Amino acid sequence: MSLTIRRGARLQVRGASKKFGDKEVLQGVELDIPAGQFVAIVGRSGCGKSTLLRLIAGLEEPTEGDLSLDSSEIAGIREDTRMLFQDARLLPWKRALANVQVGVKSRDADEALKALEQVGLADRAGEWPGVLSGGQRQRVALARALASSPRLLLLDEPLGALDALTRIDMQQLIEQLWEDQRFTAVLVTHDVSEAVALADRVVLIENGRIALDVNIALDRPRERDSGFAHYEKLILDRILERDDSSSTTKRKVSYSI
Amino acid sequence: MKWLSKLAASRLAPVYVPVLILAVWQLLGQLGYISTRTLPTPLAVAEAGVALVRSGDIFLYIWDSTRRAFIGLFIGGGIGFALGLLNGMSAGANRLLDSTLQMIRNVPHLALIPLVIIWFGIDETAKIFLVALGVFFPIYINTLHGIRSIDPGLVEMSKVYGLKGFSLYWEVILPGAVSSILVGLRYALGFMWLTLIVAETISADSGIGYMAMNAREFMRIDIVVFAILLYALLGKLSDSAAKWLESRLLQWNPNYAKQ
Repeated sequence: MSLTIRRGARLQVRGASKKFGDKEVLQGVELDIPAGQFVAIVGRSGCGKSTLLRLIAGLEEPTEGDLSLDSSEIAGIREDTRMLFQDARLLPWKRALANVQVGVKSRDADEALKALEQVGLADRAGEWPGVLSGGQRQRVALARALASSPRLLLLDEPLGALDALTRIDMQQLIEQLWEDQRFTAVLVTHDVSEAVALADRVVLIENGRIALDVNIALDRPRERDSGFAHYEKLILDRILERDDSSSTTKRKVSYSI
Repeated sequence: MKWLSKLAASRLAPVYVPVLILAVWQLLGQLGYISTRTLPTPLAVAEAGVALVRSGDIFLYIWDSTRRAFIGLFIGGGIGFALGLLNGMSAGANRLLDSTLQMIRNVPHLALIPLVIIWFGIDETAKIFLVALGVFFPIYINTLHGIRSIDPGLVEMSKVYGLKGFSLYWEVILPGAVSSILVGLRYALGFMWLTLIVAETISADSGIGYMAMNAREFMRIDIVVFAILLYALLGKLSDSAAKWLESRLLQWNPNYAKQ
């Protein structure tokens, strides 16, 4: 057990701000994510949640503040951090297996096949991405991300483009793989119910600041019961309050969910 | 009209019209409606072809023309590809070079023939230079376009997965640009034969164009027509080769996948 727990990395964000020109997208974000935790970052589009994820990935540098992974500063792209994008971003000219091999440092085919097995796609190893369905492509991308056993997995709305049933499958797959491998996971999503279903902790970002940070004290696997609905409502109310001061619209919206 | 739709559905449907044209041509020629001094009959052209094949000269001519064509393609295409790559990957190089190249592109390269003859005389160099110039731009422009239109999301993904330098280029950028580069190659092959025909017609001492011009002096119109058909055949062959290359290199693309 001690070995598996060691797998995740502790992520710390200290006073991170990001400016694009005059526009301040993130303002002094403070976040401490213990090793192995599954955190969901939610917020409206344009709130800065994707920018925060790009800072963590090392794709962008913060204008102020700093980020660190297990007390080593994040300066650029790291080998122990992998990212799952919304549009699977498979290389269309490589077969599924070769795409997973991109994620294996030694390019070892057996290791890549093992990763494909984990996501249940070993039998599609020889297919071109063009003939796979959206859900299968995302699973290949997940295999690619996990093939190198990352200590931090970043998920940038990875299920946004999938249909409802495939989403539920993918959520279960991600949860199961996370429970097996115990990497630290940061999921960016605009779907509050997805966040509550998957995460230990949900962080709401509003106008570049953390507006809410709740631990989800529900057992796994999660049932969509009253406890689930409580958290969902708590977060949704907080999101919607900001924009609609009139209580009638707020009530109408929360009923419809 | 039933027989017509039946005819169109047959496997040999594309062959009927050309065969009909040839038959009518042969008939009109034989009956004397078309003077053999204007246009020889298809049979006469075929006979001339057979005679040329028997004597073996024809292979020498085809070899000379093909060699010129492909040396020109190799030089011009190579430079076009390299510059397309450079300007596609480096914004600085693009700013520095692209507008100059676009200016040169607007000069019809065949207009340079008098100048080229003064520079290089009428030997091999002149023809190869013209072919190289003709194939340069289609390859340059399409390579540049191919690299420019690569999905930036894929490049970002590659960086996250630690691909850089040569492997980024070899596994992501080049395969992403291949379909566009092949379009350029097909255009270039067209320009290649066109330029060569013009260059060989003006001055040559070997090759298919030389054969045609020589035959003209002796009023051997059958050989002239045969030479024209040879050019058509070579053009068609190289286009088929490019298509084959497309189906090989673009297997992954559902638009090109073989049914």
